[in-house]
Amino acid sequence: MSAAEIKTKTFEWFDERLGLRIARDMLDHKVVPLHPGTAWYYFGGITLFLFGVQMFTGLLLLLYYRPTVAEAFDSVRFIMTRVEFGWLIRSIHSWSANLLIFFAFVHMFSVMFTHAYHRPRELTWLSGIALLGLMLCFGFSGYLLPWNQISYFATKVGTDVAGTTPFVGPMLARLLRGGEDVGAATLTRFFAFHVMILPLFTCGLVGLHLLLVQKAGMSTPKHLPAHDLSHMKFFPNFFLRELMVWYGVLALLGSLAAIFPWELGEKADPFASAPAGIRPEWYFLAQFYTLKLIPSHVWIFEGELLGLAGFGALALVWVALPFWSTHKPDGSGNARLATGVGIFLVCYLVVFTLLGYFK
Amino acid sequence: MRATVILFLLWFAVWIVPGSAAAPDSCVTCHAAVDDAAKGPAALIKNDIHIAHGLSCADCHGGDPTSDDPDVAMNKKKGFKGKPARTAIPKFCATCHSSPDYMRKHAPRERVDQFELYQTSVHGKRLAAGDTAVATCIDCHSVHDIRAVKDSAAPVYPLHVSETCAHCHSDAQKMAPYKIPTNQFAEYKTSVHWEALTKRGDLSAPTCASCHGNHGAKPPEVESVSAVCGTCHVLFEQLYEKSVHNAVFSGTGGGGGCMVCHSNHAVHNPSTAMLAGPESVCAGCHEAGSAPAGTATQMAGWLDGLDASIKKSETVLASAEKSGMEVSEAQVRLIDGREDLVKARLALHSMKPLEVEKPVEAGMAIARSTQKAGEFALHEKDTRRMGLAVSVLLIGIAILAIRLLLRRMEGN
Repeated sequence: MSAAEIKTKTFEWFDERLGLRIARDMLDHKVVPLHPGTAWYYFGGITLFLFGVQMFTGLLLLLYYRPTVAEAFDSVRFIMTRVEFGWLIRSIHSWSANLLIFFAFVHMFSVMFTHAYHRPRELTWLSGIALLGLMLCFGFSGYLLPWNQISYFATKVGTDVAGTTPFVGPMLARLLRGGEDVGAATLTRFFAFHVMILPLFTCGLVGLHLLLVQKAGMSTPKHLPAHDLSHMKFFPNFFLRELMVWYGVLALLGSLAAIFPWELGEKADPFASAPAGIRPEWYFLAQFYTLKLIPSHVWIFEGELLGLAGFGALALVWVALPFWSTHKPDGSGNARLATGVGIFLVCYLVVFTLLGYFK
Repeated sequence: MRATVILFLLWFAVWIVPGSAAAPDSCVTCHAAVDDAAKGPAALIKNDIHIAHGLSCADCHGGDPTSDDPDVAMNKKKGFKGKPARTAIPKFCATCHSSPDYMRKHAPRERVDQFELYQTSVHGKRLAAGDTAVATCIDCHSVHDIRAVKDSAAPVYPLHVSETCAHCHSDAQKMAPYKIPTNQFAEYKTSVHWEALTKRGDLSAPTCASCHGNHGAKPPEVESVSAVCGTCHVLFEQLYEKSVHNAVFSGTGGGGGCMVCHSNHAVHNPSTAMLAGPESVCAGCHEAGSAPAGTATQMAGWLDGLDASIKKSETVLASAEKSGMEVSEAQVRLIDGREDLVKARLALHSMKPLEVEKPVEAGMAIARSTQKAGEFALHEKDTRRMGLAVSVLLIGIAILAIRLLLRRMEGN
């Protein structure tokens, strides 16, 4: 039997049981439109690639990490100093988490500015927003796991802010902490969220998001008639290009991990005073700095509460984007307003993140 | 009925008017009104701790403060004592301050042995002999605006004690009859004790009173100097007492224990320069080239060697840490090395080289291992960079290969 025959027989054996032909046909027929904005399509793939890196490195870290107050910090130090390439895995996991959130934001804004959320892609947009929210939850829960001084106090501040949410605040804070204060129960809880609950939801939601993308096809710019656009085959042409980008991101990730290894800091001491200039991770800095700027009382309202209400309102406008931003074939609609909101959001996030970082 | 109402209103008026029960103090009223030196007490008294405890002028000076007539208020028949003579001041204050029953009512935690101690002091003895120039209670505690020791404005608050003593002891004219030096305060201000007190704000750092006593103030005897220093430097004293120096330094004419090497008021940061070299304090007794001078030089060498090794290790670890390497374990271990250096410096006071050598060797072993850990981390950093370069190169080749593959595919 020749090699070609073995290949065909093997394929047929699996196809009979798994229906591989459907997937192959889908890949054969899937095309990517070519236009000046085609490059934005890569960012979804980059985010997916980094999520894969997180899963892989996270699983490796799980082999050594011990989620107890007494052992968490030492186990991370053990990973970084004793385990072969442990420093690299931990550093890549930390850098990749940050890059993942960065590229998720880039992907989300690219969808927003190219108005790719319009009918019939409302659910794709909503599932993407939910995924971004899950990524932020991953960041928040993972930050505490090394149980160092900065992460301990940042979690304290973060859960305090969550505790000021109207009506459900105290319950939410207790739910997050597993008690009245950040402690052993919080660490166990955050660990469970980080390695089990969040991955479970994320994997399901990533599947749904990809399915929806596949179902609706790639969105094209509204001002370019779809039938005028040329196309590229997704597999192998676009996929190989995406692979090159992934390699580039991998090189960036490796460089960051090797040149700027992620610090471990000092072991958390709940009885010590909070380190000076404590602040959350960069992706929460804009909100953190805004809350700092708001006076403790504005008229009859508590400042912090007012800030949270503002964030809530902004988030609602953003999440509901496909339902209030309209685009009609004749060019009418309020798509420009949506672009304006997007520009405002980007400016706000960039300026306040920088102010929060440098002030 | 009308009478009942009037009586009630009268009672109410008396009851409601604030302070109507407090009697005016004629001492303060009259002394505040005069323009001469007698005005002083009335102006100062508002800050006085005795007034804060509910006492009045009459509680010390006697008389009748309820009368506006000076002849009645300051009548000896009314118990008026007036201003006490300088020689009588300690006893005057002791009327209350040496009475446990009285003190228990106002300040139960206050000591009552001040007068007893004062009588044993140089000040007390001279005063008893009729020397009115020496310090009495009011020279240190002030008069009429006497504040609690814990009050930061009090002249006996730890931060002010040395200045209060220096008020007389730095006055060459005042000290001339006693033939004692006046440079103590100037020297003390160069000391580590002054630095700890004033720059680091350590109120437990020694002031004049810590070594000389306060009410029983007198210079420590030669044989008791080490005991005085040992109050704080306990372990140093224990080792010194077992050393060969104890019998010599703390004996008659021996120079006074610790102060032979460390001075008394100008206690500076000790260093190995005190053991060897041109500033060696050992050279005051031991000739250069003698066996004890050689031992001192040898011990100085050990201490300097350990100090240098620890510093080198610190530098290497700091450099590794700055490069992002995880060296906290070595840094924690190095703390033990620093402790060994402290132990070696402490052991030096036993003047037994073997006792010094033990912690020096332990510290050297730690310094060597931590330096090695730091150097390994720095080497590891270079290896990582090399690994990164190779990986990036391989990734570049892979990207190039895909690019070529795409070109070939799309060319076809």
